[in-house]
Amino acid sequence: MSNNTANMKVVEGSYAVAHAVMCCRPDVISAYPITPQTHIVENLSQMVANGELDSEFLTVDSEFSALSVLVGVCAAGGRGYSSTTSQGLALMYEVLYNVSGLRMPLVMNVANRAMGAPLNIWNDQQDSIGARDVGWIQIYAENVQEAVDATLQAYKIAEDREIRTPVMVCMDGFVLTHVYEPVELLDKEKAREFLPDFKPEHILDPARPMTFGAFADPSTYTEFRYQQFEAQLKALSKIEEVARQFEESFGRYYGGLLDGYFLDDAEIVIVTLGSVVGTVKDAIDAMRSEGKKVGLLKIRSYRPFPVQALRKALKDAAVIAVMEKDVAIGGEAGLVTDLKAAFYSSSSRTPIIGFAAGLGGRDITIKDIRKIVEKAEAARKGDLSEFEFLALRKEIL
Amino acid sequence: MVIKAGSLVDPCSTRITKTGAWRTFVPVFDHEKCIKCSLCEIYCPEGCIHQEEGLYIPDLDYCKGCSVCANECPRMAITMVLEEK
Repeated sequence: MSNNTANMKVVEGSYAVAHAVMCCRPDVISAYPITPQTHIVENLSQMVANGELDSEFLTVDSEFSALSVLVGVCAAGGRGYSSTTSQGLALMYEVLYNVSGLRMPLVMNVANRAMGAPLNIWNDQQDSIGARDVGWIQIYAENVQEAVDATLQAYKIAEDREIRTPVMVCMDGFVLTHVYEPVELLDKEKAREFLPDFKPEHILDPARPMTFGAFADPSTYTEFRYQQFEAQLKALSKIEEVARQFEESFGRYYGGLLDGYFLDDAEIVIVTLGSVVGTVKDAIDAMRSEGKKVGLLKIRSYRPFPVQALRKALKDAAVIAVMEKDVAIGGEAGLVTDLKAAFYSSSSRTPIIGFAAGLGGRDITIKDIRKIVEKAEAARKGDLSEFEFLALRKEIL
Repeated sequence: MVIKAGSLVDPCSTRITKTGAWRTFVPVFDHEKCIKCSLCEIYCPEGCIHQEEGLYIPDLDYCKGCSVCANECPRMAITMVLEEK
């Protein structure tokens, strides 16, 4: 990643993302405020009021309405934007399927937050990981710069005629939305060159009537789902291609589908996603100086799940340790389950161990990451603990 | 028929999409008993019963087998028969 520090500004993550959205020129922004997403839409509202952004900003009564409005916007040929988190994303659930099923290329920033109950406004990724099967592409950002850049890339991926699939750009609530850090804001003109105006193939047009979202009986429903499935598989190469095009235009690249850190000779590989990647890198730096061959694999695209790329990147690992901020109650957790599934049909029999960590905003410390590495070392010797809650406070149970 | 992604459909799609496949019972008309009162035609919720050469005939491409016609017929001229498929 080569940042031109001269163009960097210290801004809040939410402002940086709102600025990126402005550069994407949505026709309509429709959102309902919810912590920790609020600053993103507040900033956008301000930009519209100031005349910096020529968009219609709709204040609606709920997240359900926020996304439903955008279904109409897309059908009418407009570029739509929304942002939400946690309970708000849950309230959108029905519409999430409608958007993806109607193949509407919307982009939404999800400011990842824990799900209630118990009520909790802090960061984890239960909200979007829980929505992994709704047909949206999901890209996870490590830092504010990545969230900014992924937002612009997301429209280019979503609106590609071969893809036509909505994208969630997931950024950890508070950790990224409320942090002030140096960011290179997007250049409006360069963004326009990178992302041309939205010109959909089909729109609602009285001169050429058409039904959007027709009824599909058992004789065709499967095929519509298959088309979505195929489009997400095509998105695997599109995400990589767009990341490379972005690099050509803006000079920044941090992996298309995934990225590695000290991966080449790593014996123990920690697989994770989102802002905790930075902490893991620091922990790896410390452990490398002690001679431990630990590496990191960062998932950038969780949907589509990059099975082939993961198999290739992890082929030399002796133990794979997955750390994630979600839990599939009654199962294990999203990423570790998907990763195990990805390896089952391969020749690799590398132990895969999983950890639910950082739930409801609990800090994940370097000490926690060392603990994971200890568990991975034990797994290597045959003491395999398949899945557990990291840093569980047994004393309060 | 080729489907368009996003379940986008051109107008008048039911001309090609036959919807009668849900049917379990099929109405069988006894034209001897029929007095041509047209109640079956009027009550059919699918609008798929019409006169052809003077006789009331259901369009089985769209008939759902709901039995409304048989129920309304004052002369009991319509019988619902289990359809073998």
